[in-house]
Amino acid sequence: MKCLIAALLSILALTATAHAQDSMPPAPYAYQQLDDPGQEEQAQALMETLRCLKCQSQSIADSDAPMAGDMRHQVRSRIAAGEEPEAIRAWLIDRYGDYVSYDPKISETTWPLFAIPLILALVAGLLLWRRIGRKKGAAT
Amino acid sequence: MIAEIGLAALWLAAALAVLQLVGGVLAVRGQGELASVVRTSAIAQGVLAGLSFVALLWLFIATDLSVKLVAANSHSAKPLIFKLSGAWGNHEGSMLLWVTVMALAGGLIALVERRLAEKTLLATLAAQGFVAIGFYAFILMSSNPFERLPIPAVEGNGLNPLLQDIGLAFHPPTLYFGYVGLSVAFSFAVGALVTKSVTPDFARAMRPWVLGAWVFLTLGITAGSYWAYYELGWGGWWFWDPVENASLMPWLAATALLHSVSVLAARDALRTWTIMLGVIAFSMSMLGTFLVRSGILTSVHAFAVDPERGSFILVLLSLYIGGALALFALRANSISEGERFKLTSREGALVFNNVMLSAILGIVLLGTLYPLATEAFDVRVSVGPPYFNPVGAIFTLPMLLVMAVGPLLRWRQDNLTRIRLPLVGVAVVMLATLAVVVLLGAYSLLADLGLAIAAGLAIAAFLPLRGRNLLRVPLATWGMVVAHFGIAVALFGMASESAFSEEKLAAVSIGDTTQVGPWDVKLEGVVPVAGPNWTAIEGHVIARYDGGKEVVLDPQSRNFWAPPQETNESQLATRWNGQLYAVIGNQAEDGRWQLRLWWKPFVTFIWYGGMLVALGGLLSLIGRLATDLKRRRALRRRELRSGEAVA
Amino acid sequence: MSRWRLFVPLGIFSLFVGLAAYQLSQPKDEFVESAMVGEQLPQFDLRPAFASLPGAATADFTDGNPKLLNIWASWCIPCISEAPQLERLQASGVEIVGIAIRDRPEDVARFLASYGNPYVRIGADDLSEVQLEIGSSGVPETFVIDGEGKITYQHIGDIRPGDVPVLLDKLREAGE
Repeated sequence: MKCLIAALLSILALTATAHAQDSMPPAPYAYQQLDDPGQEEQAQALMETLRCLKCQSQSIADSDAPMAGDMRHQVRSRIAAGEEPEAIRAWLIDRYGDYVSYDPKISETTWPLFAIPLILALVAGLLLWRRIGRKKGAAT
Repeated sequence: MIAEIGLAALWLAAALAVLQLVGGVLAVRGQGELASVVRTSAIAQGVLAGLSFVALLWLFIATDLSVKLVAANSHSAKPLIFKLSGAWGNHEGSMLLWVTVMALAGGLIALVERRLAEKTLLATLAAQGFVAIGFYAFILMSSNPFERLPIPAVEGNGLNPLLQDIGLAFHPPTLYFGYVGLSVAFSFAVGALVTKSVTPDFARAMRPWVLGAWVFLTLGITAGSYWAYYELGWGGWWFWDPVENASLMPWLAATALLHSVSVLAARDALRTWTIMLGVIAFSMSMLGTFLVRSGILTSVHAFAVDPERGSFILVLLSLYIGGALALFALRANSISEGERFKLTSREGALVFNNVMLSAILGIVLLGTLYPLATEAFDVRVSVGPPYFNPVGAIFTLPMLLVMAVGPLLRWRQDNLTRIRLPLVGVAVVMLATLAVVVLLGAYSLLADLGLAIAAGLAIAAFLPLRGRNLLRVPLATWGMVVAHFGIAVALFGMASESAFSEEKLAAVSIGDTTQVGPWDVKLEGVVPVAGPNWTAIEGHVIARYDGGKEVVLDPQSRNFWAPPQETNESQLATRWNGQLYAVIGNQAEDGRWQLRLWWKPFVTFIWYGGMLVALGGLLSLIGRLATDLKRRRALRRRELRSGEAVA
Repeated sequence: MSRWRLFVPLGIFSLFVGLAAYQLSQPKDEFVESAMVGEQLPQFDLRPAFASLPGAATADFTDGNPKLLNIWASWCIPCISEAPQLERLQASGVEIVGIAIRDRPEDVARFLASYGNPYVRIGADDLSEVQLEIGSSGVPETFVIDGEGKITYQHIGDIRPGDVPVLLDKLREAGE
């Protein structure tokens, strides 16, 4: 696919699962909501933050890949069994590493994601302070 | 023959770009007699690049299959509009379109720009030539759109109906126009760094280009978001995908630049800051192009990754941006900061929001590039909405609050007690909305705050008009009002979508009715349909809003066979207060069909808002250009009267 | 403004260019490695995916002999191309336990009839549960399991002829 219009095509490519497909029906909870609206809401919120491993850059809540369906089934049935969303996330991270979660938590591999915005905020504050607080212009 | 003419014109244009650069540099260094050479070559370069692009269009209209690019991307049976869009719907053609628009812009500057100091103008044109040379080299050395095939093809390749979408035809040029506008702003910034003259006149010369670029970028992002929304089939409208971020970053930078250039034009303040933003805005468009085309962030499955192209763009990027930043580091010291002002002033509010926008830009950049950085250490992480939304909001929410107040303040120095009444009014509206939303059932902190701020901002946007004769309000002010109101509208749409959306996944038999929000949705039937290279099942769905009139929807689940892909064609029922989004999935073994339904209240406001923002930019642009024209005519009349020759 | 501060943007930009250039020169791999390598095999007990072979359970992996655990499916095209390599491994005396993902018994039977059967047992994983448990993100994938049921190595993608000696080495290491 050399035709580029890259911005759009890559999004397009996401919708299409180019893999060979199995003929099995989707897992029970792949396309079925939980009866308890509160639990379904929890499950939905969690699924939107878990990465589909077979697709590029899509959450399992946004994918028709069978494996995403099986992951949704896992999430919904575990929530229905009373498991906490964060416990399910941790269970997946234990298996796939941080890659599977779109919600980076502060850890030794992700701390710059949080430190840098903090620095940005400080620099922003400093810039404003210098620019506005001082009586003299900034040129030295 | 046409292809050879196009190629020859392109080589000539490239040669003129070199002349423009060399002549410009010499002229700035004192050989003033070269000025006319620089101007002339800028104009001629525009004409030649235009000619070259027309040649390419011609080849696509005639479907000349001896040209490789045409054979690979077109087909004799394509409708004319898609033959035309085929010319830029590929790597080579899009680069040619980019450089053509850039050359035309350069020619236009040479032709009409009279406010700028002669030296700064020449330096700007030289910078423009420098940027263009890189693109010409890229096209001529590795992406020649006019390459012939040894044996002409019998028929073209490109009849992929996926690509025959009117949105796809016009989305890329929209973004390129935006990028080119920013490249012009970049050249202005470099020109000013060279001559160290950053003046309000310089800002006025630069502003229309920034405004124009910003309008195009706004339209491009709005359209791209809507396209992803209806095409992806899951109801999402923004995913913080690297490709989306690549289009958002130039917009954020352009928004900051637009406001700082206004401060520079009106008050002669923020000189170095404006220059810096000019450099950053263009670097973000180059960076986006690099990220998308090199494929280092997107999937290898989605693209034929071309590391050679990636490397070429990276080299251009480092030359342009590295060069400009080095120049900045060496020269910025000798540019004085300009006029001073107090925190509670129009400038103060604008500076605050400029800093906030830059911080948001920094966060989007960080979140987008971070996975790339950790990959170098063999660690894979994902950064998605749960990161971008809250971290971005830390800077976005204060920015929106200041945005409500800023336009009410006076330049230089003001007093908040002077605008006490409108301030209290806006605050009351926000708090009342917040109270109502929380009483309705507190959704999420961000959505609640979004709704409250949207309500206040919608009113605040019109406050600059209070007590003024509406017929006398300048067009540029109207532009600001409309654009700010558009932001409020879009924000309302986003928050409402996030807070009130309802989802229903249902397995239904034919004849069954299911509910989502206020809608009753009945599956009437399912029929097979076929397209040129796909087959599909089409659901016949009848929806009623609150027992009202029937709306018919026909969502499809398509199977393409070349290449094999499954896509869901969603169908939307649009009302003034939202959209019903329907997707049909597969049939289960018990014979029931999968229906995915969403009721998204006021979701359309997101894109209406985007369009209002673009309209505001357009009004502003027209207003500024009209004022410029008037001033120029007055100037010429005065010059004629005093009997002096026009320089 | 002090001079060095003006060089900060240039410095940050150079960092980015360095990173981008480095990443461009690296081959891009899309593999998601399992974090379960080095861990004990999770508990599972799968029904047979194929009438003439037993199903697969965690208990089968604790008999003291290292084994290969092959995640595959009859609908997976790369699985066809790795079939000869699996046969060679089997011929070298390796016990291969298969787990068929989202598969039907008749399809499994047809696949094995066409491309050979290197397996000693095949479990049916209809909801990808075991696949998720061991951190596999696609088919085919092959894990080396030591005699005590610990995962010692993961091979992602189809096994090419060159990968066979590597897997034999890893099995030997796991047996030591």
